Amino acid sequence: MLNNQGRQTDINTAAALSNNNVTTHSGNRGLDQEELLIYEIGNSQTCGVDLEEVGEFKNRLGGVTRDNEIGLAGLSEPECMRHYTRLSRKNYAIDMGLYPLGSCTMKHNPRINEKVVRLPGLGDIHPLQPVSTVQGALDLMDTLAHWLKTLTGMPAVAMSPKAGAHGELCGVMAIKAALDKRGENRTVILAPESAHGTNPATAALCGYKIKNIPSTKDGRVDLQALKDALGPDVAGIMLTNPNTCGLFERDIIEIADAVHAAGGYFYCDGANFNAIVGKVRPGDLGVDAMHINLHKTFSTPHGGGGPGAGPVVLSEALAPFAPVPYVVHGEDGFDLVEHVTDDGCSKDSFGRMTAFHGQMGMNIRALAFMMSHGTDGLARVAEDSVLNANYVMASLSDVMTASFDGPCMHECLFDDRFLADTGVATLDFAKAMIDEGYHPMTMYFPLVVHGAMLIEPTESESKQSVDQFVGSLRHLVEQAKSGNKDLFSGAPYLAPRKRLDETRAARSPVLRWTKPE
Amino acid sequence: MRYLPLSQTDREAMLAKIGVSHVNDLFKDVPRDALLKEHVDLPTHMSEMEVEREFNGFANKNVPAGSVPFFVGAGAYRHYVPSSVDHLIQRGEFLTAYTPYQPEISQGTLQALYEFQTQVAQITGMEVSNASMYDGSTACGEAVLMARRATRKKKAILSGTLNPQYVEVVRTVTKYTDDVAVVNPVGTYFLDDLIAQIDDETSCVVVQNPDFFGNIQDYTKLAEAAHAKKALLVVVVTEVVSLGAVRSPGSMGADIVVGEGQSIGNGLTFGGPYVGLLATRQKFVRTMPGRVCGETVDADGKRGFVLTLSTREQHIRREKATSNICTNAGLCTLAFTIHMTLLGEKGFRHLAQLNHAKAVTLADKLDAIDGVSVLNDSFFNEFTVSLPMGAAEAVERLADQDVIAGVPLSRLYPDNPDMTNKLLVAVTETVTEDDMDRLVAELKELAHA
Repeated sequence: MLNNQGRQTDINTAAALSNNNVTTHSGNRGLDQEELLIYEIGNSQTCGVDLEEVGEFKNRLGGVTRDNEIGLAGLSEPECMRHYTRLSRKNYAIDMGLYPLGSCTMKHNPRINEKVVRLPGLGDIHPLQPVSTVQGALDLMDTLAHWLKTLTGMPAVAMSPKAGAHGELCGVMAIKAALDKRGENRTVILAPESAHGTNPATAALCGYKIKNIPSTKDGRVDLQALKDALGPDVAGIMLTNPNTCGLFERDIIEIADAVHAAGGYFYCDGANFNAIVGKVRPGDLGVDAMHINLHKTFSTPHGGGGPGAGPVVLSEALAPFAPVPYVVHGEDGFDLVEHVTDDGCSKDSFGRMTAFHGQMGMNIRALAFMMSHGTDGLARVAEDSVLNANYVMASLSDVMTASFDGPCMHECLFDDRFLADTGVATLDFAKAMIDEGYHPMTMYFPLVVHGAMLIEPTESESKQSVDQFVGSLRHLVEQAKSGNKDLFSGAPYLAPRKRLDETRAARSPVLRWTKPE
Repeated sequence: MRYLPLSQTDREAMLAKIGVSHVNDLFKDVPRDALLKEHVDLPTHMSEMEVEREFNGFANKNVPAGSVPFFVGAGAYRHYVPSSVDHLIQRGEFLTAYTPYQPEISQGTLQALYEFQTQVAQITGMEVSNASMYDGSTACGEAVLMARRATRKKKAILSGTLNPQYVEVVRTVTKYTDDVAVVNPVGTYFLDDLIAQIDDETSCVVVQNPDFFGNIQDYTKLAEAAHAKKALLVVVVTEVVSLGAVRSPGSMGADIVVGEGQSIGNGLTFGGPYVGLLATRQKFVRTMPGRVCGETVDADGKRGFVLTLSTREQHIRREKATSNICTNAGLCTLAFTIHMTLLGEKGFRHLAQLNHAKAVTLADKLDAIDGVSVLNDSFFNEFTVSLPMGAAEAVERLADQDVIAGVPLSRLYPDNPDMTNKLLVAVTETVTEDDMDRLVAELKELAHA
């Protein structure tokens, strides 16, 4: 290697100075660059946008004008590009490597989806422009609805929920509305111990009390305990299937039958639909309502925390209670039902959940993903995701402790028994994965096993990629068992930041920048 | 299949390692009859080129806002978003990251959220902001529930000039709890009427600025009246660009400000995804819904950012959480922050002035048409016009002439005869003088036909 004087670099000196022995003036470490806040770089005079001059005009703000300084900092376009490009490089992402977050389904995000959503005829249309000028948009929503109904075997779908949890709210509100119509005041929703936190939070938003159903030793809902809990006070059950232990609920049909026999409804949390899409239709299992996270199964990018989309498929029993708006076939093409009226198809609707019509941008991406795969490809999505997860489990179960016997579905669950006596906790083990170049798996969830580690590789990983990941985990297990505690307790060592003080952040919250005194 | 890397050889090797002979053996826990024997009845896979062709087909049946003189607002606004915004949010490191639960490898997303929270707090005149809600309307629903938690009272009073879709969302979220939403008669804002309704049971009063019909109010007296009864003032802002010209809700005494942030950084996309803003005072921070990012240090003492105060949230608190929200509007917040950073103080104020100036110009032109009148006392970039005919019909007929004139208020208030002739007209920086003249000419023709 030549330096700028054209001399050979002294390999021995370079090695000696590498890593922590080199200090830099800038705080940067090569490509690992530090970046200040916009308020520390920019100022109130800089602007990265050229705007038309404003001519003379008579102000009509009614005297309510903003005169004092707001405090915003501006950057020119080159500064702005650099600032956010530098920040982006401090993130892990699915584009960089396997992202095994169980229950989150971090799969490849196809770029054709990003291209079509930006077509002016789709990206540049207003939700309240005349219906005659958005027939293509309504057609698209209707087409996506058809795909979702066909894949789930359900007769109706509510398209407006904005995310999975919003979809849960939609489903539980439909249940409440149906019970109101029946004149029944049921007060309890059942949820298994392994449920996502959103399930009880959603039920509580609708005024329900939560009753937990225990799990059996094989990681499934305890059917007998469920039957014992059922009664005239039970509005329904919220159950994830495949469940959060990564297992298919074998008794699902019996569960649905028991809930229905007791007069309740079956809400299925569809977070794990990826495992069964094209292979099993929830409608065949007795489901009354299920949200579909388009940002999981149908790969609309997660964007560092959203946006998502959570359409909810509904059974015949719940369909009349669906929220407005929705698309209908009218005389002159597609039309929108935007209001609850005393007569007509929306008379039993529980109302409106959001302004406008839902997450169109995510609907477009999801439909592009579906059309790309087709009915054949979607079944293969489920098969390959399940295959990859079982392969991970088979490749690690001799050194890590799988919580339940297989086969698993699209994710596999381990607990911390294999770390017993090593002094390494699940958290430390996960943080050490960062140094290996991986995002950690989901930790400490579900709550039904100790020190849970939930691994979901998804179908978009190659065998080579999964093998490499397995290799890293086996290496870490070996290190933990051989007493190399430091590798874990201080991890990560090689990330843009070392372990962050979360207690300090919560104890005295600093939630915004303020001008130094 | 271009997205599925496993080859047939790989699959066989992996099945062998697992110890089964067929992939369906892995689905053995599925009830036998429920495992589909053949593919569901949908089209088979398509090439990328074919997919693009399908979507061009959908797109070509719509009229893009940018292709015609366009004046539609009512809660979503067409602004020009600089190209660099879209390039940056499409960087894979932002686009394809999950929620930043592992802060050591998520500082990019987290620092951008911290900048977002600061910007939102600044423009609303509040002390703190969360890391976003789904959109303005759901943020409004959350604000009502938050006011209940903060005051331990249950009656929310909604102004008659609040966006009607927001009113419906609040009605829906309060429907199955024991909250009470009192909705005032639609139309004009009467300060004294609202003040008279505030009693000891009142958790909050919800108003909008500029209001749904475009008028701008100073809510200082309303805030004082609410505070005298230990109730909160919630101010909704659906056009955030207005905050570059109109006094902030915080300076009027608002306790919670909710907003639709779409105008900054985010396109129309037929109604979503957008970005809900929710800002409040420091003392209410622990009753706030949603994620929030905070500053801290790492083990080396370097500044870093984390998601914090998560003991309010569903994944920790379950049924006792402040909200069930999980995934929010991450990438839309990033677009907001980048666009706002490009604008800065100077650009944000300039943009607001430009919007207002254009709206004033069009309002004067429309007012000059015989039979047409602008009904507002004040406005920012949107105002209500009275037409000598049904507004819905006018909009349809103008659409046939390739002018999209605004939102006929009958679409949002179908049962209200007062709204039949009223048109809500929005004007942003994207509207040209020629666009305005087209609208004026077409309306003149229609009015005098």
